[in-house]
Amino acid sequence: MVNLTIDGKLISAEDGVTIMEAALQNGIPIPKLCYLKGINEIAACRVCVVELEGKDKLITSCNNVVEEGMVIYTNSPKVRRHRRTNVELILSQHNCECVTCARSGNCSLQKVANDLNIIEIPYRMEIEKRPWNKEFPLIRDSSKCIKCMRCIQICDKVQSLSIWDVEGTGSRTTVSVSGHKEIEEADCSLCGQCITHCPVGALRERDDTEKVWDAINDKERIVVAQVAPAVRTAWGEELGLTPEEARVGKILDALKRLGVDYAFDTTFSADLTIMEEGSEFLKRFTSGELKERPMFTSCCPGWIRFIKSQFPHLVRYLSTAKSPQQMFGAVMKTYFAEKLGVSPEQIYTVSVMPCVAKKGEREMELFYGEYAGHDIDAVITTRELVRMIRAAHIKPDTLQDIESDRPMQEGTGAGVIFGATGGVMEAALRSAYFLMKGENPPADAFKAVRSTGFGANNGVQEAAFQVDDVTVRTAVVSGLGNTRALLKKIESGEVQYDFVEVMACPGGCVGGGGQPIHDGEEWAFERSKNLYYLDANAQFRCSHDNPDIQALYREYFGEPTSHKAHMLLHTEHVK
Amino acid sequence: MSRLELKTPNRARIVMEELYKDLERRIESSPPGLCPVDMSRAFLELCHAQTCGKCVPCRIGLGQLNHFIKDVLDGKATMETLDVMEETALSIMESADCAIGYEAANMVYKGLIGYRDDYIEHIRHGRCTCTYNQPVPCVALCPAHVDIPGYVALVGEGRYADAVRLIRKDNPFPTTCGFICEHPCELRCRRNMVDKAVNIRGLKRVAADFAGVVEPPACAPSTGKKVAVLGGGPGGLSAAYYLQLMGHQTTVYEMLPKLGGMLRYGIPNYRLPKERLEDDVDAILKTGVEVKYGLKIGQDITIQELREQYDAVLITIGASTDKKLGLEGENAEGVMSAVQFLRNIGKNIITDLTGKEVAVIGGGNVSMDAVRTAKRMGAKKVSIVYRRRMADMTALPGEINGAVAEGVELQTLKAPAAIDVDENNHVKGIYVTPQMVSAIRDGRASVKPTGEPNVYIPCDVLVVAIGQNIETAHFEAAGIPVSRGKIKTTSTGAFEELPGVFAGGDCASGPASVIKAIAAAKVVAANIDEYLGYHHEISCDVEIPEADLKDKSPCGRIDLTEREACERVLDFEGVENCMTEREAKQEAGRCLRCDHFGYGIFKGGRETLW
Repeated sequence: MVNLTIDGKLISAEDGVTIMEAALQNGIPIPKLCYLKGINEIAACRVCVVELEGKDKLITSCNNVVEEGMVIYTNSPKVRRHRRTNVELILSQHNCECVTCARSGNCSLQKVANDLNIIEIPYRMEIEKRPWNKEFPLIRDSSKCIKCMRCIQICDKVQSLSIWDVEGTGSRTTVSVSGHKEIEEADCSLCGQCITHCPVGALRERDDTEKVWDAINDKERIVVAQVAPAVRTAWGEELGLTPEEARVGKILDALKRLGVDYAFDTTFSADLTIMEEGSEFLKRFTSGELKERPMFTSCCPGWIRFIKSQFPHLVRYLSTAKSPQQMFGAVMKTYFAEKLGVSPEQIYTVSVMPCVAKKGEREMELFYGEYAGHDIDAVITTRELVRMIRAAHIKPDTLQDIESDRPMQEGTGAGVIFGATGGVMEAALRSAYFLMKGENPPADAFKAVRSTGFGANNGVQEAAFQVDDVTVRTAVVSGLGNTRALLKKIESGEVQYDFVEVMACPGGCVGGGGQPIHDGEEWAFERSKNLYYLDANAQFRCSHDNPDIQALYREYFGEPTSHKAHMLLHTEHVK
Repeated sequence: MSRLELKTPNRARIVMEELYKDLERRIESSPPGLCPVDMSRAFLELCHAQTCGKCVPCRIGLGQLNHFIKDVLDGKATMETLDVMEETALSIMESADCAIGYEAANMVYKGLIGYRDDYIEHIRHGRCTCTYNQPVPCVALCPAHVDIPGYVALVGEGRYADAVRLIRKDNPFPTTCGFICEHPCELRCRRNMVDKAVNIRGLKRVAADFAGVVEPPACAPSTGKKVAVLGGGPGGLSAAYYLQLMGHQTTVYEMLPKLGGMLRYGIPNYRLPKERLEDDVDAILKTGVEVKYGLKIGQDITIQELREQYDAVLITIGASTDKKLGLEGENAEGVMSAVQFLRNIGKNIITDLTGKEVAVIGGGNVSMDAVRTAKRMGAKKVSIVYRRRMADMTALPGEINGAVAEGVELQTLKAPAAIDVDENNHVKGIYVTPQMVSAIRDGRASVKPTGEPNVYIPCDVLVVAIGQNIETAHFEAAGIPVSRGKIKTTSTGAFEELPGVFAGGDCASGPASVIKAIAAAKVVAANIDEYLGYHHEISCDVEIPEADLKDKSPCGRIDLTEREACERVLDFEGVENCMTEREAKQEAGRCLRCDHFGYGIFKGGRETLW
């Protein structure tokens, strides 16, 4: 332990902790901007400066550790003066038009500037304006970038894709796509982690809410919406609803009140995915096809983009099953359209996703006998959903917990946990067990694949399961850096699996790039607890027990991996 | 009424003089990787501020050039802008009245030609391809990328053995380099911005002197692979060390009786005491490296045989033959190459030169080694004969000063013309042609004859130290590519046509420095490891002290002192004194820790493994 004084208070801190951490543990939150624990401790913004007695120059508290006998002032006149100057300097190069910014009200720079009571900037404004393709799902606004370098670091250190880099030198140093590329030609996975780790509004998803409003306004269109599993555990955060209050039925109600014609829960098509992917797995597993390499899950579009650019030779080991989003779109434009007696073109499919990559995934085309447009017509993130609810001035506490529409009403606990790392694997194993044994497993038989904490065990959960004389070796991984490391191990032969689940975002979709942002905090693990709670309390825990899924096969697809299912629910993974 | 007055500088003038000095030091420590166009702009603004304002080209033209550069940087320029810039710069160069104007325009002009691609990149794509990717200047400039801030901090804490361990991660010759490294690391030390570069080599010497015996790290499990290394100089031994650590059994073939190459047979004892060289060699051998002495490649054993016996063969034979003057009488008795002269000393064959006159031709470090050695062998008079000026000598200033202090004569601006030989075919002296310094070409002053008659310098021993060559004959015959007297490898140290054969160090680069040979050894060791099908990584688990947070107020640099010239010239013992621990602590405290402060903490601050 180290003894030191912070703001006149004698404190003890553990060896090796930073001044910032020691202060926070003692109730003194030092303002900060560029700092991101473990990821970006580069002392660039100089907002967290503090005064060390006996030293003229200020030091940063984020990356300097406590020493015995230090006397620190976090709010001395000198600190206040220089911290303020530095924030004013940052503001002089920041587009301060907060009223039109998606991050207004949830912006770390805005908060620091407001807290310091800066009401005038004494410097000449110098705003960097660079062109950007506004059609791309990921938008960078150079005029708002404060060069904190977090996006570079998260993409380097967590996602291992290094899409962002420093460009130029001297006063013209800025952040740009690495390798002097355009974003479209970079290997961006569209995971959106740079967005959720940006302290300001320099990075955001393409806003598709207007497209949805237009479809709602179009009398010819039947707007059919779906809501992904992970949305239910996060949407309430920005609306002041507790996890208990923020039931998925209230999202469906909100969508209806926005003007959507039919609203469904994606857990239905998650169950459908399990039927297809689980059957496919058993087929490939028993045929001996997976001796060399495992089958990989295919429901995460960030992962799909990653494998295509980084490990193209492994693409053929992906499951051919479409993701729940795409499957639901296909079902809406075929089975459901037939039920309504309308043509696929009249159906406008909207999905609410915790994800930015889903906006890219929707580009996939649907062939229903002949070309039938896209499975999905518009994707909005959880954040965009919240913005639409706000724009429609819906009071969150007036929302009702309604049921999903028929006939795709039911979703099982297995579908719900799709939103967390390990969830797809667990759901698939529950049904695979049933297919092998003809009876359901104990509901929690496969909980070994669940994560034990955010980032625990490098994002990897390994488990082998014995069913009679058959052993199924599985691994679950989230985060693309973790994924790269695991794939290298698989390729070197260091580890062998039969089935591997990959989710691009650390912690899974609950930590997705389209989820509400809490600067400097990782909420994925907490959110996943809610999904597991919902699963534990669900009426059906296995996808194959979903009566509406059973009806869908009975009435339309015949059986899993049937010809029709292949046409609509599977895809060749081509670039 | 007084007619003249004595002017005293006013306060502003004094401060300005100080700032000029600050700026000089700042430019000295300018980091690599900066945008040259932006730097041109910055230089030009300084130049423009210097204009006296009398003449049009300089007063107005420089400002207009500056506007154009800013347009380029702001993405507002077109390719035509470059043409106008070039014309304007030429006009200023050719019509300005004084150097303030024409030299400023010349700087811009040079840039327009020299880094036109950067200008075009800005104009066409509105971006700069430069990146500030080497934030720790000392590490960037050390060919072997030794973790300098790391070991300097360890020395500052008195953790000398840990410092040696950390250095060995990238350089298995910490003691040797503590004595004789050329220390390119100090060139752009950021401490220059405050006062003067940290004495990095001196601190390495401290680590080596105070650490005692430091065991090498454990080797990786044996791979069963065998590697032959030809030549036991710094390059060969370094590669052997790393290959052995990676688990490959390495055998060094050395033609001389002992290891060390030029470190033993080229560098005199007074610069690098042999027992100190042994410190490094011992640690290397402790890893299990085997040595076969007395075998000369091409004579006793061939490359082909080695290729059959080993999984990989590394050629690190160095550059150990001499360059000839090409004058008649060069084969006379008493004329010898510096390599031969110094090798004899290394073998402990010390001829008494008492009463003799010695002339050494050349102005490099080897020449300084030869004259100072001759002095210690008792020679009455020792002269350096050099065709250019002292300022043009390539030897380190410390070496030249050391020689002068020991009573060596500098015969500069004298080009060797003919060797005078007596009836017994023994050298008597050398005729030299007086030279005068002339135009500067490629940054170096050239010389031309003054037209005066030749001068005669009598000598009993004539040492030729004008450079070294590489013995390539056998290798060429064995099918190894040789070009311009050097073994020609790819940048990875391999040969396209000869899988499993690698080369590095002086024999591939031409005569260079110890640290460059070590750097090459790292490259080939890593590539041999990959070639053998492995990917071993070399790292060091020494924990590096946190950067201290004290204010870095200006403080003088501690230079190493030397023994008195009149005393040291009487023996071959080490010349340089080490720092005291107290001095070392202060000097280490001058390090600005660029690994922690500045860009280093974001990117490129520390390579923990290779």
